[in-house]
Amino acid sequence: MRNSSISTARKLCIRLMKALCLLSTAVTCGVALFLIGYVLVKGVPNVTWELLSTKPSYLEGAIGILPDILNTVYIIVATLLIVLPLGVGAAIYLTEYARNKRLAAVIEYAAETLSGIPSIIFGLVGMLLFANTFGSCLLAGALTLVIMNLPTVMRTAQESLKTVPVSLREGAFGLGAGKWRVVRTVVLPGCVDGVVTGCILSAGRILGESAALLFTAGFAHTLNGFFTGLGSPGATLTVALYLYAKEPGPGGAEASFAIAAILMALTLCINFAAALVGRYFKKRSAL
Amino acid sequence: MRKRQQLGETVIHGIFLLLGLITVGCVLLITVYLVLSGIPAIRRIGLFDFLLGDTWASTAASPSFGILPFILTSVYGTAGAILFGVPVGFLTAVYLAKLAPPRVKAVAEGAVSLLAGVPSVVYGLVGMLVLAPGVRKLFHVPDGSSLLSAIVVLAVMILPSIIKVSVTALEAVPPEYEDASLALGAAPVETYFRVSVPAARSGIAAAVVLGVGRAIGEAMAVMMVSGNVPNMPSLFQSVRFLTTAVASEMAYSSGLQRQALFSIALVLYLFVLLINAALNFFLKRDKEG
Repeated sequence: MRNSSISTARKLCIRLMKALCLLSTAVTCGVALFLIGYVLVKGVPNVTWELLSTKPSYLEGAIGILPDILNTVYIIVATLLIVLPLGVGAAIYLTEYARNKRLAAVIEYAAETLSGIPSIIFGLVGMLLFANTFGSCLLAGALTLVIMNLPTVMRTAQESLKTVPVSLREGAFGLGAGKWRVVRTVVLPGCVDGVVTGCILSAGRILGESAALLFTAGFAHTLNGFFTGLGSPGATLTVALYLYAKEPGPGGAEASFAIAAILMALTLCINFAAALVGRYFKKRSAL
Repeated sequence: MRKRQQLGETVIHGIFLLLGLITVGCVLLITVYLVLSGIPAIRRIGLFDFLLGDTWASTAASPSFGILPFILTSVYGTAGAILFGVPVGFLTAVYLAKLAPPRVKAVAEGAVSLLAGVPSVVYGLVGMLVLAPGVRKLFHVPDGSSLLSAIVVLAVMILPSIIKVSVTALEAVPPEYEDASLALGAAPVETYFRVSVPAARSGIAAAVVLGVGRAIGEAMAVMMVSGNVPNMPSLFQSVRFLTTAVASEMAYSSGLQRQALFSIALVLYLFVLLINAALNFFLKRDKEG
């Protein structure tokens, strides 16, 4: 009878592979930890109330990022307001209305292509399409981001529409409801979770986006209200970080690290929110 | 009444059709715009001089527009990022999908999502202030902003996409395959590498292709760490990528120089379309297989 225990060479090989797997995971987690630790340690001491609540002043040589924060909020709100109806509408068309398989495949392929296009190309086309026609302003940036985030919103809405049971739709049809009524009263309420997830994901992407905004939204640091803000050029937090890091005037490096720390904290919040929302809706749909 | 309702339904159907076609419209719009604005410069410079010319001097007295340095830098940079990023990402994915205890898995997946969400300018900032000086000291080169720094940053940036897609593919492998292998006497680790990984190979290939797409399209982080000088690529020299070539001169360009930048974007777009086609191929095979 052969020895039942496995040979030393095999054992060694198994050990080695296991160790390599563990090492890689440790490297991945280590990089993430280092990144967040470094940015927070370098950045948090520079996040002062003065930085957060003022606009930059050349006279005093002080840097304030309030305009950049507001610009980021404006651009997220504007983008979501435009992209939500478009993306959810496209998802409803694909799951509820599309009879033509080939057309649906074309739309899906287009969405896939769109989500693979690098942001610098969106920025360039956004510049040609929007910024060159009505000037570089937050609205031009928002419209560029709408094109960019359309596939994300569409995909998440589609996923959640698929979870609405067919029996509900059939029941509504059986009671004599028309197609639109079914969509409005049965299907749409069912995709709330997808819309919320899509919003969070898009907000995260917009928060981190810079290449697409550089040539569309411009880089001014003026303090504006929502509607004047949309019509005038402005830098978001990421663009401001880039500008301060590239041309470090007095306090530039500190400001860019402070912005980086804020961005990291917001990214953490968004990840947490996405996980929370995902778990909440999963629990609810399981009931 | 009946008729009016039907009309209403048709109108609403039409509206949704329109919304559905917006994505197609966007892709067509982008393609048409890039082709229209990219062709004139290629025509004037000549396709061969443009693609294979090895000097880029857009603001010189007698300007020359050869983008071979950018193309090669993008290709080398992406290849380097894949070389570093794929083994680490792949092994991490195997660990997370098969070996990790649930609690470790939850923490590690949190770390991966965090990496995925970090804005590229933050990668650029840390790369600029930590990595580039590190490279300078470690290899005793005059300037740490180099192809190597860009490769390391890109490798980290593509990790999350590779890990997420690979984990999904590995978790979708039917447990029967693994059970059969285990029953035949293979150790768990052997089973994962000899049975699960080959069964998930299309998904893992898709993950790699996705990583290639991410790496070739990244602009801001690379712009901050690569030094941004149009040299032929070499590991310790300042280089410029296709993406950064567009981004760095767009602000002040005009005339033929501006048109040439659009042509670079067109070349980049063609690369991306090719990668997308490959990605679709692998994903489709994954679904069928």
